[in-house]
Amino acid sequence: MRWIEAPAVLGLLVGTGLAQTAQQPPGKGPLPQAPALPPIAAPAPMAPVEPPRFVVVLDAAHGGSDTGAKIGPGILEKDITLELAGRLRSVLKARGVDVVMTRQTDTDVSALDQAETANHAQAGACLVVHATATGSGVHLYTSSLGPTPRTAFLPWATAQSAYVTQSLKLESEIDSALVHTSIPVTMGRASVEPMDKLACPEVAVEMAPLVAGHVTTARPLTDVSYQKQVVDALAAALEQWRSDGRNP
Amino acid sequence: MISRAHKYLFALLLAVCVVMAVFLIRLRNRAQDRLQAQGTSAPQSIAEPAGSPPKTVTLFVPNDLDDSIITVQRTIPMPADENAQARVLLEALIAVFRSPDSTHPIQVEKGVDDVYFVAVPEGKGGSGPGGQMAVVDLNGALAAAQPSGIEPETLTLLSMMATLHANLPDVTEVHFLVDGQQRETLAGHADLTRTYLAAEADQRPSPAAPAGAGR
Repeated sequence: MRWIEAPAVLGLLVGTGLAQTAQQPPGKGPLPQAPALPPIAAPAPMAPVEPPRFVVVLDAAHGGSDTGAKIGPGILEKDITLELAGRLRSVLKARGVDVVMTRQTDTDVSALDQAETANHAQAGACLVVHATATGSGVHLYTSSLGPTPRTAFLPWATAQSAYVTQSLKLESEIDSALVHTSIPVTMGRASVEPMDKLACPEVAVEMAPLVAGHVTTARPLTDVSYQKQVVDALAAALEQWRSDGRNP
Repeated sequence: MISRAHKYLFALLLAVCVVMAVFLIRLRNRAQDRLQAQGTSAPQSIAEPAGSPPKTVTLFVPNDLDDSIITVQRTIPMPADENAQARVLLEALIAVFRSPDSTHPIQVEKGVDDVYFVAVPEGKGGSGPGGQMAVVDLNGALAAAQPSGIEPETLTLLSMMATLHANLPDVTEVHFLVDGQQRETLAGHADLTRTYLAAEADQRPSPAAPAGAGR
């Protein structure tokens, strides 16, 4: 069985004093003081601790020989997902968020490689971007695995189980952001590669065309303004997620 | 020049070959007779006799627009054999997918080749699901006609699982094959390498607000 080291353990060490204490040379710890002794001068202010880096992993699903769904004549899911992920990366970078993409060109990337890239990034959030010609609006999915307690080492095939609770919260954050745009949103659980292998709060975002409804007009997946609306909502949700400090 | 000893050895080996051949042919004939005898005692066909009694069943029909699954009652002739029942249930569901006003359209004539049942062992202290695992052998035509995407593929699997679980409560797990083979996905997304718990289908939301109304 393959295992992955949970990044949260390192994060916990950084968040408490344990990491600093561990770095102190022996003999420099606080000493017991006699009451008659003059007060010891206050220690020099420590160098400011940089906040932990917030990384978002974007997985543009499919690629290369794996074309994904056929959205329309000559329009393939792999191209739409790459386009969407590219747009989202630009917006996130402009907001000061580090972004790691599992692919940046039309290449075959195995589910194992996608998971490796995502897990080595020790990301605060992972979005798996899909597109479909079926349904309306945006479909949000989290892994169908049941939650398990997080341990130092996670089984590779079900690493997501330790993050399911956070993934559901991230999904809720994205749902809230999309609701403001009047785009219909559906949420569910699904079993899709490589979701179960990702050791980060993750949501699969599947974009569908907009079907005309009470407050929406029909818009195809290729509509740039529709894509921008979704991308802006996702970026806002991720920024909110970062400021809430929920990322591991 | 071949020595006399070699001639005797050759003759002996030839005789052994002939005896072995006769022995093997007799064994083969016996095995064939035994198989034929078994074949005549087994049922010739699992086809149900005509005039199976009609039964009201519950079908779980998905809606692509709001990602919901609703229940629909149908009265259909139900065979007595459990495998045939499962097949009839799933074909009735696929007939709904095929209908012109379907909320989850899949244009396919035959969707399921067969359904097998395997007993699921109970875990220690009854922690395991127990019951039966339904192995659903989907027809390749269904996988080819299935719209690709997380939502449509997941809804197809969940509606089949829920329909089986509701009408055959012993079904606790479901595994899907395509044309008798294990396949990675249904149409590029939904994982077919794993075995699904039938109860997963019970967690679906009921129909939400009208499409386009947001939430």
